[in-house]
This record gives sequence, structure tokens and C-alpha cells, in this order.
Amino acid sequence: MPCPFGFSRCGQRSMSTVVIHGEGLGKRYHRGALQQSTLLRDQLSRMLKSPLSVFRRPKDETFWALEDVSLEVREGEVLGLIGRNGAGKTTLLKILSRITKPTTGWAEIHGRVGSLLEVGTGFHGELSGRENTFLSGAILGMSKREINRKFDEIVAFAELEKFIDTPVKHYSSGMYVRLAFAVAAHLEPEILLVDEVLAVGDINFQKKCLGKMGDVARAGRTVVLVSHQLNQIRRLCHRVIWIEAASVRQDGSPEAVVNAYEAAMSKSEGAPVGSRTGDHARGHFTGWEIISPENTSPHSLDIIGPVTVRFMLKLLEPIKHGIHGITLYNAERQLLWGWAAFELDLELGVHDLVYHFPMLPLKPGIYTWMVSFWDREELIDMGDLAPEFHVVTQSFQHPRDEWSGLLNLPSEFTVRPSSAAYSSRPSR
Amino acid sequence: MATVTSNPSVAAPAAKLPHGSVIMRIEPPRGLFNLHLGELWAYRELLYFFVWRDVKVRYKQTVIGVLWVVLQPLLTMGVFTLFFGRLAKLPSNGLPYPVFYFAALVPWAYFSTALQNCTSVVVDNQRVITKVYFPRLVLPISAVVSGLVDFAIGFAVLLVVTTIYGIKPTLAVLWLPVLLLLAVLTALGVGLWMSALNALYRDVRYVVPFLVQFWMFASPVVYPSSLVPQRWRWLYGLNPMAGVIDGFRWALTGHGVAPGPLMLASASAVMVVLLGGLFFFQRMEGTVADRV
Repeated sequence: MPCPFGFSRCGQRSMSTVVIHGEGLGKRYHRGALQQSTLLRDQLSRMLKSPLSVFRRPKDETFWALEDVSLEVREGEVLGLIGRNGAGKTTLLKILSRITKPTTGWAEIHGRVGSLLEVGTGFHGELSGRENTFLSGAILGMSKREINRKFDEIVAFAELEKFIDTPVKHYSSGMYVRLAFAVAAHLEPEILLVDEVLAVGDINFQKKCLGKMGDVARAGRTVVLVSHQLNQIRRLCHRVIWIEAASVRQDGSPEAVVNAYEAAMSKSEGAPVGSRTGDHARGHFTGWEIISPENTSPHSLDIIGPVTVRFMLKLLEPIKHGIHGITLYNAERQLLWGWAAFELDLELGVHDLVYHFPMLPLKPGIYTWMVSFWDREELIDMGDLAPEFHVVTQSFQHPRDEWSGLLNLPSEFTVRPSSAAYSSRPSR
Repeated sequence: MATVTSNPSVAAPAAKLPHGSVIMRIEPPRGLFNLHLGELWAYRELLYFFVWRDVKVRYKQTVIGVLWVVLQPLLTMGVFTLFFGRLAKLPSNGLPYPVFYFAALVPWAYFSTALQNCTSVVVDNQRVITKVYFPRLVLPISAVVSGLVDFAIGFAVLLVVTTIYGIKPTLAVLWLPVLLLLAVLTALGVGLWMSALNALYRDVRYVVPFLVQFWMFASPVVYPSSLVPQRWRWLYGLNPMAGVIDGFRWALTGHGVAPGPLMLASASAVMVVLLGGLFFFQRMEGTVADRV
């Protein structure tokens, strides 16, 4: 099927050549070495106190940040790496970009590699925007000629034409990030390794960058992307690897891996989200769950609807004139929906506040319910409910984030010859 | 098929395939002594940008900028002339004190600044080191190269000073590039050791200023090397900076000690230190991102 948007995910591409091949990659760190003082003075005093300790290895606790990871990435493929913090995603990226060497295993990379592990690599506050563009570009791997050629484009992308000769120490953080990203976005390596750099800047600029990254992917460049923004992973990647405790847990299609990851996350998370306020001595919400459809997790949803959700409210005294409010936020804390019920007359005890939604057209992602309960003007409980609400439905949206919107509306789309019945109504 | 879309000079080519793609192999660090000099050459533009950054930042941060580079050795020369010359009455090979001291201070100021910058260069650039790959050797090299800009300015002033005192340069000035190269390699050789050590132990950078001070008194900066007893001359000759400073005075004025066979000894000493430094630095290079 030809892709209506020209996005590579829709298109058929021949991914024949393996451009990254890793075999048994592992990285061991010495916990002792990390904790040990990096001052020669301390080492010397240790030697003086117990001269024999020089010959004894200090208690050397080692741990594997990455263990026996093998992977193949084909030309033009966009590979996503997901996993918890500290699972080893960044370590893998650092090995592939040669920032650090592996302890075991080997990898072979075919092509020019560019790595974007940070926004503004090499920026110096004293230098002007123009100077930093050249410096950062060179550090990221561009030649002087290449930067010269792209300079105007970079400045235009960053929307900083007026300030390009101002030292970046006078930039606002937004301006700084825009310039830094503009430089990075104009890198043209054959293989691009990206770590979570999009998590900065304002939403509009983020979208612009995502668009630019879509261009990169479309241009047939190979991308390895680490991100916690699972929607971004879903949109951009052809394949996803989930890294858990230093090894590959799952490797497959974005839908399968991200959904499995989200399901695992919502099961393990129990900590309350956000802060709760109110007079909790009179009552509070104890939790929430999806009653129907019945899933492996009562906090994740894999269909558009119908959905029934209950919110458990425990009252420690009867309330005559109760007010209940509810709101739904997405991960960017945009308010998606709000509603309230007034004049509730409730007994002491636990109540289920049940909502039945014929349809809950949410795009895949993490959401938060915020609920409140009042006695007339007096707040009893208000705040985010834990755990978060994971939506793992199929996406019915435009594949590019900037056009996908907030609602995940399933629609039937057909094209047919314009029939007389439509074009010319019988005019009486 | 992949094509190299832009100037591949800053890429990291290990081997070129017929179709223009670049292969790179990532492996655990090996004990083998391999400096990847070809790769270093491919990154020469980055070296240029690091030097350019150092120079720009240095002159932007100080109010009087370039003037400071001129003033610093001039003031030191004044202090030395007053205390070591007029008060302590140290001999000066028959040279006017200002010329005697300034001819030594210009190479010495280069050496001490280059060595100290080289020591801290890895730690100072830790943010870049942990975020992007390039041959780490570019950093210490950039530190010793960027000092040459200050040196050039100081040297111009030195020529002015000798002219004022009516000293005409002879053909011996042709020795100066050789002497300067020796100073650069000495700073790089010792600097490589110090920058690698400083990445391991952060207090090394506090030790280096003492080392530099001690080294200055072990070199004929404030006194002529004729004061050193004959039987210690051979040991003294192992200090490459002694040969450099004597050589500078001699090449510019025709007075004092001409570079002799001892220069060969000190040049060999420098090569040993430099090769050792390269080896030590390269050992540390693979894991430096985990340490800084």
C-alpha cells in the first residue's frame, strides 16, 4: 500500500544490508572504582595506613550494565530502545557510538556514525551562536565545508537570525536548545544514534524536531533511538528492543514490544502519582480500576470502548452535599476531559463511583486520572490517582506526531466513484 | 547502498569499502600499542576547532585580551631583572638583563602554560568526552598547539626587545623551529602523562604547578647554565627545557651555550617520555568516558 504521507513506516523498503552488527556485547563497571575516591591523596593515605593493601585488590564489586547483547540493525531501519532507567539502553548507545569500549563482545558498523546523546554538545557560553554552530557541528562530526553550506539553514531552523552573533550565555534556555538542536538536526550521518534528546524544549519545537527526524528516517538513514516517550517510539520506529536488567527482554514490532512493556510497567508500579490534598480524616479515594473489559491489568486499556471504570471513595463520615470532580490528563499534562457531579448524598463507607464510557478514543500512551471530592466548599480529597492509566490500543491516527492530534478516532475511509445519488439530488 | 553524503574527512574511517561505505569495528580495549594515527589525521579539522575555541575563549574572557599575553612575560621580566639581576647580581653571559630573561621567559611561559593546560584538558572536556566519540588524543594535542598563539605574540615582543638593545639576529635563528618543536614535544610528552593521571586522580592538577616551579629552577631561566658545575652537566642536559632555553638565548643573541651533543640526549629523553605518555594515554582512552 503506498503511504499517503510519504512516511517510511508505511512504505515497503528493502532492508537487506546489515549496517550495525553486535555480538555478545557486555559492559562491566567496577562499583568499587566508582565509589573509590578519585584523589591521589586518599590513595596515598590508604597506602600509608596499610601498606599491604596496595597488593590486595580493593573489594571489587562489579556489575554488568550490559550483558551479552546481540543485535542487528539493517540499513534504513529505525530501531527504538526502551526500558527502565539504568536498564542499559544508554550504555548500549555509548558502546555503539564508541564513547566507551565494551568489556566483552564486538560490533561492526558500516557507515558514518553520528551520535546525539545530549543537546548542545560542545557549546561554550562565551562564544556566539555562530561560533557555537561551527564548534558543535565539528564536534558532532561535520566538516567545516559542510557547516558553511548548511549554516543559513541551521540558523533559520533555530529561528535565531537576529541573535546569531550574541554569546549563547545571554540566550534563554529555549533559544539555547533551539540552536543546539538545529545543529544536531542537520547532521547527515548514515547512522544516527539518538538518546532522549527530544525531551527538552517547548512542544512546538519538539514537534518540528520530530518532523525533522521523520525526514531523517525517510531519507533512508539508519536510526537507533532511546526514548521514554513511548508514543514517539511507536510513531518513528520500525522495530523496538526492550532492554531489561542489562539484557534484551524482547525484540519485535513496535506495537508488540511497547504494549508488552507498558503492561509490565503498570503491573509493577504501585507508588502514588502526584500529590494529594484535602482533609483526609473525613474521606479519601482509595484507588481506581477498569471493570470492563477485563484485562490482565486493571489499569491498562486495549480497546476504544465500551469501557467501564470505577473509582473507590472511602468516606469516614456521611456527606450530605457532596461534589465530585474528575479530570483526565495526558502525559504532557494537557487536560483532555473534565466533569463534575453535584449534590451527592452519601453514607459513611466505601463507594464505587462508576463511569461507563461507550467510547474512550484515546491514543496510545500514559494518562492520569485526577479526582476530587468536596463537602460543599470544603475539600475532602483531590489529586492524581495511582497507578497511571495506560492506553495500549491500536492507533487510528496520522503516523506523524504533529498531525496525529489528541483523539484516537477510528474511522472507515473509502474512495468511490461519485454516484448520481450523491452529486445530483433529485430536485423536485 | 549507503553513500558518503558529505566530506568524509571528519568521519571515522577505519577501512573503505569499494562502494564508499565505512566499516568500523568496536572491541574491548586491547593491550596492543596502536595509536590509530590515520584516524587522528582524519580528525585534524576537529583539532583545528578545539584550538580555535581555546584561543577565542581565552581572548574573550579577559578584558585586555592580547595585551595580557604581552604584559605577563614583560612584568615577569621586570621582576626578574630587578631581583635576580640587579639585587642578586646573577651572571647573564654578558647580555643585558631584560634580553637575558625575556629570551628565556618566552619559551618557558609557553612550556609551563601548555603543560598545565594539557594536564587539565581531559577533565575540562569531560562533558564532550562522555557524549561524543573522537580520538581523545586530539585534546592534549590541541592544548599544546593553542599555546603557540601566545608564544607567537610573545616572540614578536621578544624581537622588539632584542632590536631595542641593538642585537642583530644571525643565521642561528634557523635553530629556533627545532628548539620550539622540542619544547612542544616536551610539553606534550609530560602533558600526556599528567592528563591521563589527572583523569584518574583529580588532585594531580594541584601537583603540576609545583612541578612546573621546580622545573623552572632546574632550567636556566633565572641563571645561566654556566653556573651548573661541570660534573653535573650531563644530568642537567637530560632536562630538555635546559637545552631549549639555552638554545633560544644563543640563537637570538649569539651569546651563551650553543646546542651541542647534550641536545641529542635530551631529545632522546623527550622521545622516551612522549612514547610512554602516548602508551599510557591510549591505555586510559578506552575507559576515560567511564571515569571522568
